[in-house]
Amino acid sequence: MENFFTRYRNETVLFGILFVQIIALAVQVRVPQPPLGSASGAVQQQQAGPRLIRVWATSLIAPFQKVTVHSGEGVRGMWRNYVDLIHVRQQNAEMKQEIDRLRLEKIRLQQDAEQGQRLQALLGFKEQYLDSTVAAQVIGTSGTDLSRVIYIDRGTRDGIEPGMAVITPDGIVGKVSRADKTTSQVLLITDPLSGAGVLLERLRLNGVLKGTQGGYPEVLNVMADEKVQPGDTIVTTGGDRVFPKGLPVGTVTNVFPDRERDPFLAIRVKPAVNLGRLEEVLVVTKILEQQVVTDSTNGPVRAADVLAQRLPSAKKKSADEVAKQTAAAEAAPGGETPAMSAEPAAVPPVATPAPMPGGKPATGANLADKKSGANPPAGAKPADKKTTTPTTNSATTNPKPPKETPH
Amino acid sequence: MAAQRTLSREGIEVFRFSPLATVLIPLLALFLQASLPLRFSFFAIFNLPLLVVIFFAVARRSPMAGTVTGCVIGIAQDSLAYAHQPIGLFGISNTVVGYIASSIGVKIDVENPGSRLLMTFGFYLLSRGIYQILRNMARQPIDFNWGHELGAALANAVLAVGLFLLLDRYKQRG
Repeated sequence: MENFFTRYRNETVLFGILFVQIIALAVQVRVPQPPLGSASGAVQQQQAGPRLIRVWATSLIAPFQKVTVHSGEGVRGMWRNYVDLIHVRQQNAEMKQEIDRLRLEKIRLQQDAEQGQRLQALLGFKEQYLDSTVAAQVIGTSGTDLSRVIYIDRGTRDGIEPGMAVITPDGIVGKVSRADKTTSQVLLITDPLSGAGVLLERLRLNGVLKGTQGGYPEVLNVMADEKVQPGDTIVTTGGDRVFPKGLPVGTVTNVFPDRERDPFLAIRVKPAVNLGRLEEVLVVTKILEQQVVTDSTNGPVRAADVLAQRLPSAKKKSADEVAKQTAAAEAAPGGETPAMSAEPAAVPPVATPAPMPGGKPATGANLADKKSGANPPAGAKPADKKTTTPTTNSATTNPKPPKETPH
Repeated sequence: MAAQRTLSREGIEVFRFSPLATVLIPLLALFLQASLPLRFSFFAIFNLPLLVVIFFAVARRSPMAGTVTGCVIGIAQDSLAYAHQPIGLFGISNTVVGYIASSIGVKIDVENPGSRLLMTFGFYLLSRGIYQILRNMARQPIDFNWGHELGAALANAVLAVGLFLLLDRYKQRG
Protein backbone atom coordinates (compact mmCIF):
# COMPACT_ATOMS: atom_id res chain seq x y z
CA MET A 1 0.00 0.00 0.00
CA GLU A 2 1.32 3.36 -1.01
CA ASN A 3 2.09 5.85 1.66
CA PHE A 4 -0.45 8.67 1.82
CA PHE A 5 2.16 11.37 1.24
CA THR A 6 3.69 9.48 -1.67
CA ARG A 7 0.33 9.00 -3.27
CA TYR A 8 -0.74 12.61 -2.84
CA ARG A 9 2.72 14.06 -3.12
CA ASN A 10 1.78 16.89 -5.51
CA GLU A 11 -1.25 17.92 -3.51
CA THR A 12 0.74 17.76 -0.29
CA VAL A 13 3.41 20.05 -1.71
CA LEU A 14 0.77 22.45 -3.05
CA PHE A 15 -1.09 22.73 0.24
CA GLY A 16 2.14 22.88 2.20
CA ILE A 17 3.42 25.83 0.17
CA LEU A 18 0.04 27.56 0.25
CA PHE A 19 -0.23 27.02 3.99
CA VAL A 20 3.17 28.57 4.64
CA GLN A 21 2.40 31.55 2.43
CA ILE A 22 -1.01 32.12 3.99
CA ILE A 23 0.46 31.98 7.49
CA ALA A 24 3.19 34.42 6.43
CA LEU A 25 0.53 36.66 4.89
CA ALA A 26 -1.54 36.57 8.06
CA VAL A 27 1.48 37.48 10.17
CA GLN A 28 2.24 40.47 7.94
CA VAL A 29 -1.35 41.72 7.83
CA ARG A 30 -1.64 41.39 11.59
CA VAL A 31 0.95 44.12 12.00
CA PRO A 32 -0.94 47.42 12.50
CA GLN A 33 -0.61 49.63 9.45
CA PRO A 34 -0.18 53.29 10.37
CA PRO A 35 -1.34 55.87 7.82
CA LEU A 36 1.10 56.52 5.02
CA GLY A 37 0.75 60.26 5.31
CA SER A 38 3.42 60.47 7.96
CA ALA A 39 7.05 59.76 7.44
CA SER A 40 7.22 57.88 10.70
CA GLY A 41 4.41 55.63 9.57
CA ALA A 42 6.31 54.67 6.48
CA VAL A 43 9.40 53.97 8.53
CA GLN A 44 7.46 51.74 10.91
CA GLN A 45 5.95 49.85 8.01
CA GLN A 46 9.34 49.38 6.52
CA GLN A 47 10.66 47.93 9.73
CA ALA A 48 7.64 45.70 10.24
CA GLY A 49 7.59 44.18 6.77
CA PRO A 50 9.70 41.29 5.50
CA ARG A 51 12.41 43.66 4.44
CA LEU A 52 15.10 41.11 3.66
CA ILE A 53 13.23 39.49 0.77
CA ARG A 54 12.55 42.88 -0.73
CA VAL A 55 16.18 43.88 -0.42
CA TRP A 56 17.27 40.67 -2.11
CA ALA A 57 14.83 41.10 -4.98
CA THR A 58 15.72 44.74 -5.47
CA SER A 59 19.44 44.04 -5.22
CA LEU A 60 19.08 41.36 -7.86
CA ILE A 61 17.21 43.50 -10.36
CA ALA A 62 18.44 47.03 -9.66
CA PRO A 63 22.03 46.69 -10.97
CA PHE A 64 20.76 45.53 -14.36
CA GLN A 65 18.22 48.32 -14.40
CA LYS A 66 20.88 50.90 -13.60
CA VAL A 67 23.14 49.61 -16.37
CA THR A 68 20.27 49.58 -18.85
CA VAL A 69 19.05 53.05 -17.96
CA HIS A 70 22.48 54.64 -17.99
CA SER A 71 23.58 52.98 -21.20
CA GLY A 72 20.27 53.98 -22.75
CA GLU A 73 20.96 57.54 -21.65
CA GLY A 74 24.29 57.38 -23.45
CA VAL A 75 22.76 56.17 -26.69
CA ARG A 76 19.99 58.75 -26.51
CA GLY A 77 22.57 61.43 -25.74
CA MET A 78 24.51 60.54 -28.87
CA TRP A 79 21.35 60.69 -30.91
CA ARG A 80 20.28 64.01 -29.45
CA ASN A 81 23.70 65.63 -29.62
CA TYR A 82 24.85 64.50 -33.04
CA VAL A 83 22.00 63.19 -35.15
CA ASP A 84 18.78 64.83 -34.07
CA LEU A 85 19.86 68.41 -34.75
CA ILE A 86 17.62 69.19 -37.70
CA HIS A 87 15.75 72.52 -37.44
CA VAL A 88 17.80 73.50 -34.41
CA ARG A 89 18.61 76.93 -35.83
CA GLN A 90 14.94 77.69 -36.41
CA GLN A 91 13.98 76.39 -32.97
CA ASN A 92 16.75 78.46 -31.45
CA ALA A 93 15.37 81.64 -33.01
CA GLU A 94 11.87 80.83 -31.84
CA MET A 95 13.06 80.12 -28.33
CA LYS A 96 14.99 83.37 -28.19
CA GLN A 97 11.78 85.20 -29.01
CA GLU A 98 9.99 83.24 -26.33
CA ILE A 99 12.70 84.08 -23.81
CA ASP A 100 12.35 87.78 -24.62
CA ARG A 101 8.64 87.60 -24.05
CA LEU A 102 9.05 85.72 -20.79
CA ARG A 103 11.65 88.17 -19.54
CA LEU A 104 9.16 90.98 -19.78
CA GLU A 105 6.45 88.89 -18.19
CA LYS A 106 8.78 87.95 -15.38
CA ILE A 107 9.38 91.57 -14.48
CA ARG A 108 5.69 92.15 -14.05
CA LEU A 109 5.25 89.01 -11.98
CA GLN A 110 8.27 89.87 -9.88
CA GLN A 111 6.63 93.08 -8.82
CA ASP A 112 3.49 91.22 -7.84
CA ALA A 113 5.52 88.70 -5.89
CA GLU A 114 7.46 91.37 -4.07
CA GLN A 115 4.26 93.12 -3.13
CA GLY A 116 2.78 89.85 -1.91
CA GLN A 117 5.86 89.06 0.13
CA ARG A 118 5.82 92.49 1.71
CA LEU A 119 2.23 91.90 2.78
CA GLN A 120 3.06 88.43 4.05
CA ALA A 121 5.95 89.82 6.06
CA LEU A 122 3.62 92.36 7.61
CA LEU A 123 1.27 89.57 8.63
CA GLY A 124 4.07 87.39 9.96
CA PHE A 125 3.51 84.61 7.41
CA LYS A 126 5.87 81.68 7.24
CA GLU A 127 6.96 80.19 3.95
CA GLN A 128 8.38 76.80 3.10
CA TYR A 129 11.57 76.53 1.12
CA LEU A 130 13.32 73.64 -0.52
CA ASP A 131 16.47 73.52 1.51
CA SER A 132 18.09 70.43 0.12
CA THR A 133 17.29 68.10 -2.75
CA VAL A 134 18.89 65.03 -4.24
CA ALA A 135 18.59 64.36 -7.97
CA ALA A 136 17.87 60.75 -8.86
CA GLN A 137 17.42 58.63 -11.95
CA VAL A 138 14.31 56.49 -12.31
CA ILE A 139 15.47 52.91 -12.93
CA GLY A 140 12.38 50.75 -12.67
CA THR A 141 8.77 50.13 -11.74
CA SER A 142 6.87 47.49 -9.81
CA GLY A 143 5.97 45.98 -13.17
CA THR A 144 2.26 45.84 -12.46
CA ASP A 145 -0.56 48.31 -12.77
CA LEU A 146 -1.84 47.18 -9.39
CA SER A 147 0.91 48.95 -7.46
CA ARG A 148 2.03 52.25 -8.88
CA VAL A 149 5.56 52.60 -7.62
CA ILE A 150 8.87 53.43 -9.23
CA TYR A 151 12.44 52.77 -8.18
CA ILE A 152 15.18 55.42 -8.13
CA ASP A 153 18.93 55.00 -8.00
CA ARG A 154 19.44 56.82 -4.70
CA GLY A 155 19.05 55.40 -1.22
CA THR A 156 19.88 55.87 2.43
CA ARG A 157 23.52 56.33 1.46
CA ASP A 158 22.47 59.58 -0.26
CA GLY A 159 20.30 60.77 2.61
CA ILE A 160 16.99 59.43 1.30
CA GLU A 161 14.45 58.36 3.89
CA PRO A 162 10.87 57.07 3.72
CA GLY A 163 8.28 59.84 3.64
CA MET A 164 10.33 62.33 1.65
CA ALA A 165 8.65 64.16 -1.23
CA VAL A 166 9.66 63.39 -4.81
CA ILE A 167 9.17 66.10 -7.42
CA THR A 168 10.20 67.28 -10.87
CA PRO A 169 10.27 70.83 -12.26
CA ASP A 170 6.77 70.15 -13.61
CA GLY A 171 5.22 69.17 -10.28
CA ILE A 172 4.91 66.52 -7.62
CA VAL A 173 5.56 62.84 -8.32
CA GLY A 174 5.03 61.01 -5.04
CA LYS A 175 6.83 60.17 -1.85
CA VAL A 176 9.49 57.70 -0.83
CA SER A 177 7.86 54.59 0.59
CA ARG A 178 10.99 52.53 1.16
CA ALA A 179 14.68 53.32 1.13
CA ASP A 180 17.45 50.77 0.79
CA LYS A 181 21.13 51.52 0.73
CA THR A 182 21.45 52.41 -2.95
CA THR A 183 17.87 52.40 -4.22
CA SER A 184 14.50 53.70 -3.05
CA GLN A 185 10.90 52.95 -3.84
CA VAL A 186 8.59 55.87 -4.59
CA LEU A 187 4.82 55.67 -4.22
CA LEU A 188 3.28 57.68 -7.07
CA ILE A 189 0.42 60.14 -6.51
CA THR A 190 -1.73 57.99 -8.81
CA ASP A 191 -1.68 55.08 -6.39
CA PRO A 192 -4.76 54.50 -4.22
CA LEU A 193 -2.63 54.46 -1.09
CA SER A 194 -1.05 57.83 -1.71
CA GLY A 195 -2.38 61.14 -0.45
CA ALA A 196 -1.52 64.83 -0.52
CA GLY A 197 -3.03 68.06 0.70
CA VAL A 198 -3.93 70.21 -2.31
CA LEU A 199 -5.48 73.55 -3.14
CA LEU A 200 -7.62 74.50 -6.11
CA GLU A 201 -5.92 77.74 -7.08
CA ARG A 202 -8.82 79.65 -8.61
CA LEU A 203 -11.32 78.93 -5.86
CA ARG A 204 -8.77 78.67 -3.02
CA LEU A 205 -10.40 75.41 -1.95
CA ASN A 206 -8.55 72.81 0.06
CA GLY A 207 -8.91 69.12 -0.70
CA VAL A 208 -7.18 65.79 -0.47
CA LEU A 209 -5.56 64.23 -3.51
CA LYS A 210 -5.94 60.45 -3.65
CA GLY A 211 -4.94 58.01 -6.35
CA THR A 212 -7.30 55.41 -7.77
CA GLN A 213 -6.92 51.90 -9.09
CA GLY A 214 -7.56 53.27 -12.56
CA GLY A 215 -4.38 55.31 -12.36
CA TYR A 216 -5.80 58.82 -12.23
CA PRO A 217 -5.75 60.89 -9.06
CA GLU A 218 -8.87 62.54 -7.65
CA VAL A 219 -9.41 65.44 -5.29
CA LEU A 220 -11.81 64.58 -2.50
CA ASN A 221 -13.48 66.51 0.31
CA VAL A 222 -14.75 69.37 -1.88
CA MET A 223 -18.41 70.22 -1.39
CA ALA A 224 -20.79 69.62 -4.28
CA ASP A 225 -21.95 73.25 -4.46
CA GLU A 226 -18.49 74.55 -5.36
CA LYS A 227 -18.02 75.74 -8.93
CA VAL A 228 -15.05 73.61 -9.87
CA GLN A 229 -14.38 73.58 -13.60
CA PRO A 230 -12.22 71.48 -15.90
CA GLY A 231 -8.95 73.27 -16.47
CA ASP A 232 -8.62 74.57 -12.91
CA THR A 233 -5.09 74.23 -11.66
CA ILE A 234 -4.17 72.49 -8.44
CA VAL A 235 -1.14 73.05 -6.20
CA THR A 236 0.08 71.60 -2.95
CA THR A 237 -0.90 73.23 0.33
CA GLY A 238 2.09 72.06 2.34
CA GLY A 239 -0.27 71.01 5.10
CA ASP A 240 0.56 67.34 4.76
CA ARG A 241 4.12 68.00 5.94
CA VAL A 242 5.42 65.99 2.99
CA PHE A 243 5.18 68.22 -0.07
CA PRO A 244 6.32 71.84 0.12
CA LYS A 245 3.64 74.45 -0.44
CA GLY A 246 2.84 75.73 -3.91
CA LEU A 247 4.12 72.90 -6.10
CA PRO A 248 2.03 72.14 -9.20
CA VAL A 249 -0.09 69.03 -8.87
CA GLY A 250 -2.16 69.02 -12.05
CA THR A 251 -5.29 70.30 -13.73
CA VAL A 252 -8.92 69.32 -13.31
CA THR A 253 -10.20 67.19 -16.17
CA ASN A 254 -13.58 66.05 -14.93
CA VAL A 255 -15.94 66.92 -12.10
CA PHE A 256 -18.80 64.71 -10.94
CA PRO A 257 -20.70 63.94 -7.73
CA ASP A 258 -18.96 61.49 -5.45
CA ARG A 259 -21.39 58.59 -5.06
CA GLU A 260 -19.65 57.21 -2.01
CA ARG A 261 -19.54 60.57 -0.22
CA ASP A 262 -22.80 62.19 -1.17
CA PRO A 263 -22.46 65.91 -0.49
CA PHE A 264 -18.96 65.97 -1.96
CA LEU A 265 -17.47 66.16 -5.43
CA ALA A 266 -15.05 63.75 -7.04
CA ILE A 267 -12.61 65.81 -9.08
CA ARG A 268 -10.51 63.90 -11.55
CA VAL A 269 -7.05 65.34 -12.08
CA LYS A 270 -4.51 65.12 -14.87
CA PRO A 271 -1.10 65.17 -13.15
CA ALA A 272 1.21 68.00 -14.09
CA VAL A 273 4.00 65.47 -14.44
CA ASN A 274 3.88 62.77 -17.09
CA LEU A 275 4.21 59.87 -14.67
CA GLY A 276 4.36 57.37 -17.49
CA ARG A 277 7.64 58.73 -18.78
CA LEU A 278 9.70 59.73 -15.78
CA GLU A 279 13.45 59.81 -16.20
CA GLU A 280 14.86 62.08 -13.52
CA VAL A 281 13.35 63.29 -10.28
CA LEU A 282 14.31 65.32 -7.24
CA VAL A 283 13.93 64.00 -3.71
CA VAL A 284 13.30 66.81 -1.22
CA THR A 285 15.54 65.83 1.66
CA LYS A 286 14.97 68.95 3.71
CA ILE A 287 12.31 71.64 3.88
CA LEU A 288 13.00 74.90 5.63
CA GLU A 289 10.19 76.92 7.16
CA GLN A 290 10.92 80.54 7.92
CA GLN A 291 9.33 83.94 8.05
CA VAL A 292 9.00 85.87 4.83
CA VAL A 293 11.72 88.41 4.13
CA THR A 294 10.79 91.47 2.14
CA ASP A 295 14.08 91.76 0.29
CA SER A 296 13.15 89.32 -2.41
CA THR A 297 16.16 89.95 -4.61
CA ASN A 298 18.52 88.50 -2.02
CA GLY A 299 16.20 86.27 -0.04
CA PRO A 300 15.45 82.63 -0.52
CA VAL A 301 13.27 81.43 -3.32
CA ARG A 302 9.88 79.91 -2.65
CA ALA A 303 9.37 76.28 -3.65
CA ALA A 304 6.93 77.28 -6.37
CA ASP A 305 9.28 79.92 -7.71
CA VAL A 306 12.19 77.52 -7.78
CA LEU A 307 10.30 75.20 -10.05
CA ALA A 308 9.62 78.04 -12.45
CA GLN A 309 13.31 78.62 -13.00
CA ARG A 310 14.28 77.11 -16.31
CA LEU A 311 17.19 79.33 -17.25
CA PRO A 312 20.11 78.11 -15.18
CA SER A 313 22.71 79.68 -17.41
CA ALA A 314 21.13 83.13 -17.59
CA LYS A 315 23.24 86.11 -16.49
CA LYS A 316 22.67 87.82 -13.21
CA LYS A 317 20.78 91.09 -13.43
CA SER A 318 22.25 94.13 -11.80
CA ALA A 319 20.29 96.41 -9.48
CA ASP A 320 20.36 99.23 -12.04
CA GLU A 321 18.84 97.04 -14.67
CA VAL A 322 16.13 95.91 -12.28
CA ALA A 323 15.22 99.53 -11.56
CA LYS A 324 15.28 100.33 -15.26
CA GLN A 325 12.96 97.46 -16.07
CA THR A 326 10.64 98.34 -13.22
CA ALA A 327 10.34 101.88 -14.50
CA ALA A 328 9.66 100.63 -18.01
CA ALA A 329 6.96 98.28 -16.79
CA GLU A 330 5.28 100.97 -14.74
CA ALA A 331 5.36 103.35 -17.67
CA ALA A 332 3.35 100.92 -19.77
CA PRO A 333 -0.36 101.88 -20.15
CA GLY A 334 -2.62 100.25 -17.60
CA GLY A 335 0.33 98.71 -15.86
CA GLU A 336 0.39 95.90 -18.40
CA THR A 337 3.45 94.30 -19.80
CA PRO A 338 4.98 96.47 -22.51
CA ALA A 339 5.01 95.04 -25.97
CA MET A 340 8.02 93.00 -26.87
CA SER A 341 10.80 94.96 -28.46
CA ALA A 342 11.57 94.22 -32.05
CA GLU A 343 15.24 94.19 -31.19
CA PRO A 344 16.25 91.45 -28.83
CA ALA A 345 19.33 93.41 -27.81
CA ALA A 346 17.12 96.02 -26.16
CA VAL A 347 15.90 93.46 -23.66
CA PRO A 348 17.94 93.38 -20.48
CA PRO A 349 19.32 90.16 -19.11
CA VAL A 350 17.38 88.22 -16.54
CA ALA A 351 18.34 87.71 -12.94
CA THR A 352 19.86 84.38 -12.22
CA PRO A 353 17.56 82.13 -10.22
CA ALA A 354 18.31 82.74 -6.59
CA PRO A 355 19.97 79.76 -4.99
CA MET A 356 18.50 77.76 -2.15
CA PRO A 357 19.21 78.75 1.41
CA GLY A 358 20.82 75.42 2.10
CA GLY A 359 23.32 75.73 -0.66
CA LYS A 360 21.54 73.76 -3.36
CA PRO A 361 21.03 75.33 -6.75
CA ALA A 362 17.59 75.84 -8.18
CA THR A 363 15.56 72.79 -9.05
CA GLY A 364 15.61 73.30 -12.76
CA ALA A 365 19.32 73.78 -12.70
CA ASN A 366 19.70 70.62 -10.69
CA LEU A 367 17.93 68.53 -13.24
CA ALA A 368 19.64 70.14 -16.16
CA ASP A 369 23.02 69.61 -14.57
CA LYS A 370 22.44 65.99 -13.86
CA LYS A 371 21.21 65.36 -17.33
CA SER A 372 24.00 67.08 -19.13
CA GLY A 373 26.71 66.35 -16.64
CA ALA A 374 27.76 69.98 -16.74
CA ASN A 375 28.87 72.02 -13.76
CA PRO A 376 26.28 74.26 -12.12
CA PRO A 377 26.16 77.82 -13.39
CA ALA A 378 27.99 80.53 -11.59
CA GLY A 379 24.79 81.94 -10.20
CA ALA A 380 23.88 78.66 -8.60
CA LYS A 381 26.46 78.82 -5.86
CA PRO A 382 25.34 78.40 -2.28
CA ALA A 383 23.42 81.34 -0.96
CA ASP A 384 24.89 84.03 1.16
CA LYS A 385 23.96 83.18 4.74
CA LYS A 386 23.36 86.83 5.55
CA THR A 387 20.36 86.92 3.30
CA THR A 388 18.49 84.19 5.14
CA THR A 389 17.36 84.88 8.64
CA PRO A 390 15.23 81.94 9.60
CA THR A 391 13.00 82.39 12.56
CA THR A 392 12.01 78.76 12.55
CA ASN A 393 14.50 76.27 11.23
CA SER A 394 12.54 73.08 11.19
CA ALA A 395 13.66 70.30 8.97
CA THR A 396 10.48 68.40 8.43
CA THR A 397 11.93 65.29 6.97
CA ASN A 398 15.58 64.59 7.44
CA PRO A 399 17.29 65.27 10.72
CA LYS A 400 20.76 64.55 9.41
CA PRO A 401 22.34 66.58 6.63
CA PRO A 402 21.91 64.78 3.32
CA LYS A 403 24.73 64.36 0.92
CA GLU A 404 24.98 66.66 -2.02
CA THR A 405 24.38 65.17 -5.39
CA PRO A 406 27.54 65.17 -7.47
CA HIS A 407 27.08 67.18 -10.65
CA MET B 1 22.95 12.53 -30.57
CA ALA B 2 19.30 11.77 -30.74
CA ALA B 3 17.27 13.28 -27.96
CA GLN B 4 15.72 10.78 -25.64
CA ARG B 5 12.03 11.23 -25.06
CA THR B 6 10.77 11.30 -21.51
CA LEU B 7 7.14 10.50 -20.93
CA SER B 8 5.01 11.26 -17.93
CA ARG B 9 3.04 8.61 -16.12
CA GLU B 10 0.13 9.35 -18.46
CA GLY B 11 2.38 8.78 -21.49
CA ILE B 12 2.70 12.43 -22.48
CA GLU B 13 6.02 13.90 -23.45
CA VAL B 14 7.61 16.08 -20.79
CA PHE B 15 10.42 18.58 -21.18
CA ARG B 16 13.12 19.93 -18.99
CA PHE B 17 15.25 23.04 -19.10
CA SER B 18 18.92 23.71 -18.51
CA PRO B 19 19.73 25.24 -15.11
CA LEU B 20 20.81 28.42 -16.88
CA ALA B 21 17.48 28.78 -18.66
CA THR B 22 15.61 27.89 -15.47
CA VAL B 23 17.25 30.79 -13.64
CA LEU B 24 17.73 33.35 -16.38
CA ILE B 25 14.32 33.24 -18.07
CA PRO B 26 12.36 34.15 -14.90
CA LEU B 27 14.97 36.76 -13.98
CA LEU B 28 14.77 38.28 -17.44
CA ALA B 29 10.97 38.30 -17.22
CA LEU B 30 11.11 40.11 -13.88
CA PHE B 31 13.68 42.56 -15.18
CA LEU B 32 11.67 43.37 -18.31
CA GLN B 33 8.46 43.64 -16.33
CA ALA B 34 10.07 46.14 -13.96
CA SER B 35 11.89 48.14 -16.65
CA LEU B 36 9.77 48.31 -19.80
CA PRO B 37 6.82 50.21 -18.27
CA LEU B 38 9.23 53.09 -17.71
CA ARG B 39 9.43 53.70 -21.44
CA PHE B 40 6.20 52.03 -22.56
CA SER B 41 3.58 52.57 -19.89
CA PHE B 42 1.09 50.28 -21.65
CA PHE B 43 3.43 47.37 -20.89
CA ALA B 44 2.20 47.35 -17.29
CA ILE B 45 -0.86 45.53 -18.58
CA PHE B 46 1.27 42.46 -19.30
CA ASN B 47 2.34 39.97 -16.68
CA LEU B 48 5.50 38.36 -18.03
CA PRO B 49 6.37 36.49 -14.82
CA LEU B 50 2.95 34.82 -14.86
CA LEU B 51 3.41 33.81 -18.49
CA VAL B 52 6.78 32.27 -17.61
CA VAL B 53 5.15 30.35 -14.76
CA ILE B 54 2.52 28.98 -17.14
CA PHE B 55 5.10 28.09 -19.75
CA PHE B 56 7.38 26.20 -17.37
CA ALA B 57 4.45 24.45 -15.75
CA VAL B 58 2.87 23.14 -18.93
CA ALA B 59 6.21 22.18 -20.43
CA ARG B 60 7.45 20.23 -17.42
CA ARG B 61 4.04 18.75 -16.73
CA SER B 62 5.06 18.21 -13.13
CA PRO B 63 2.61 19.70 -10.61
CA MET B 64 5.29 19.84 -7.96
CA ALA B 65 7.71 21.74 -10.19
CA GLY B 66 4.90 24.02 -11.36
CA THR B 67 3.92 24.76 -7.78
CA VAL B 68 7.45 25.62 -6.70
CA THR B 69 8.14 27.70 -9.82
CA GLY B 70 4.94 29.68 -9.32
CA CYS B 71 5.73 30.25 -5.65
CA VAL B 72 9.29 31.49 -6.23
CA ILE B 73 8.45 33.79 -9.15
CA GLY B 74 5.35 35.09 -7.39
CA ILE B 75 7.27 36.00 -4.24
CA ALA B 76 9.88 37.76 -6.36
CA GLN B 77 7.05 39.75 -7.96
CA ASP B 78 5.67 40.58 -4.53
CA SER B 79 9.07 41.86 -3.46
CA LEU B 80 9.07 44.43 -6.24
CA ALA B 81 5.57 45.70 -5.45
CA TYR B 82 4.56 48.10 -2.66
CA ALA B 83 6.79 48.37 0.36
CA HIS B 84 3.65 48.21 2.49
CA GLN B 85 2.00 45.34 0.60
CA PRO B 86 2.38 41.98 2.30
CA ILE B 87 4.48 39.43 0.48
CA GLY B 88 2.51 36.44 -0.71
CA LEU B 89 -0.30 37.86 -2.84
CA PHE B 90 1.39 37.11 -6.16
CA GLY B 91 3.10 34.14 -4.51
CA ILE B 92 -0.15 32.36 -3.70
CA SER B 93 -1.90 33.19 -6.97
CA ASN B 94 1.08 32.07 -9.05
CA THR B 95 1.45 28.91 -6.96
CA VAL B 96 -2.13 27.92 -7.72
CA VAL B 97 -1.75 28.78 -11.41
CA GLY B 98 1.52 26.81 -11.61
CA TYR B 99 -0.09 23.76 -10.08
CA ILE B 100 -3.21 23.83 -12.25
CA ALA B 101 -1.26 24.63 -15.42
CA SER B 102 1.01 21.64 -14.95
CA SER B 103 -1.96 19.44 -14.16
CA ILE B 104 -3.77 20.59 -17.29
CA GLY B 105 -0.60 20.11 -19.31
CA VAL B 106 -0.86 16.40 -18.61
CA LYS B 107 -4.40 16.18 -19.92
CA ILE B 108 -4.65 18.44 -22.99
CA ASP B 109 -2.48 19.43 -25.92
CA VAL B 110 -0.69 22.56 -24.84
CA GLU B 111 1.54 22.84 -27.90
CA ASN B 112 -1.21 24.19 -30.10
CA PRO B 113 -1.29 28.02 -30.36
CA GLY B 114 -5.08 28.05 -30.04
CA SER B 115 -5.06 26.06 -26.82
CA ARG B 116 -2.21 28.20 -25.52
CA LEU B 117 -4.24 31.32 -26.20
CA LEU B 118 -7.31 30.02 -24.38
CA MET B 119 -5.28 28.55 -21.57
CA THR B 120 -3.37 31.77 -20.89
CA PHE B 121 -6.56 33.80 -21.11
CA GLY B 122 -8.14 31.63 -18.43
CA PHE B 123 -5.10 31.47 -16.22
CA TYR B 124 -4.65 35.21 -16.30
CA LEU B 125 -8.21 35.75 -15.09
CA LEU B 126 -7.78 33.05 -12.46
CA SER B 127 -4.58 34.65 -11.24
CA ARG B 128 -6.15 38.10 -11.03
CA GLY B 129 -9.21 36.71 -9.30
CA ILE B 130 -7.14 35.00 -6.62
CA TYR B 131 -4.95 38.07 -6.29
CA GLN B 132 -7.91 40.38 -5.76
CA ILE B 133 -9.50 38.04 -3.20
CA LEU B 134 -6.24 37.89 -1.27
CA ARG B 135 -5.86 41.65 -1.54
CA ASN B 136 -9.30 42.08 -0.07
CA MET B 137 -8.45 39.68 2.74
CA ALA B 138 -5.25 41.61 3.39
CA ARG B 139 -7.23 44.85 3.66
CA GLN B 140 -5.67 46.32 0.56
CA PRO B 141 -7.82 48.52 -1.70
CA ILE B 142 -9.32 46.69 -4.67
CA ASP B 143 -10.98 47.98 -7.80
CA PHE B 144 -11.88 45.12 -10.12
CA ASN B 145 -12.86 46.36 -13.56
CA TRP B 146 -14.12 43.53 -15.73
CA GLY B 147 -13.53 45.33 -19.00
CA HIS B 148 -9.95 46.11 -18.09
CA GLU B 149 -9.29 42.60 -16.82
CA LEU B 150 -10.73 40.93 -19.91
CA GLY B 151 -8.70 43.19 -22.17
CA ALA B 152 -5.57 42.50 -20.17
CA ALA B 153 -6.26 38.76 -20.28
CA LEU B 154 -6.61 38.88 -24.05
CA ALA B 155 -3.45 40.95 -24.45
CA ASN B 156 -1.50 38.53 -22.28
CA ALA B 157 -2.90 35.55 -24.17
CA VAL B 158 -1.81 37.00 -27.50
CA LEU B 159 1.62 37.80 -26.13
CA ALA B 160 1.86 34.30 -24.68
CA VAL B 161 1.42 32.68 -28.08
CA GLY B 162 4.47 34.48 -29.44
CA LEU B 163 6.46 34.24 -26.24
CA PHE B 164 5.89 30.50 -25.86
CA LEU B 165 7.07 29.92 -29.44
CA LEU B 166 10.26 31.78 -28.54
CA LEU B 167 10.74 29.89 -25.28
CA ASP B 168 10.09 26.53 -27.00
CA ARG B 169 13.68 26.78 -28.24
CA TYR B 170 14.96 26.28 -24.72
CA LYS B 171 13.04 23.07 -24.15
CA GLN B 172 15.11 19.95 -23.81
CA ARG B 173 13.80 16.44 -24.20
CA GLY B 174 14.68 13.80 -21.67
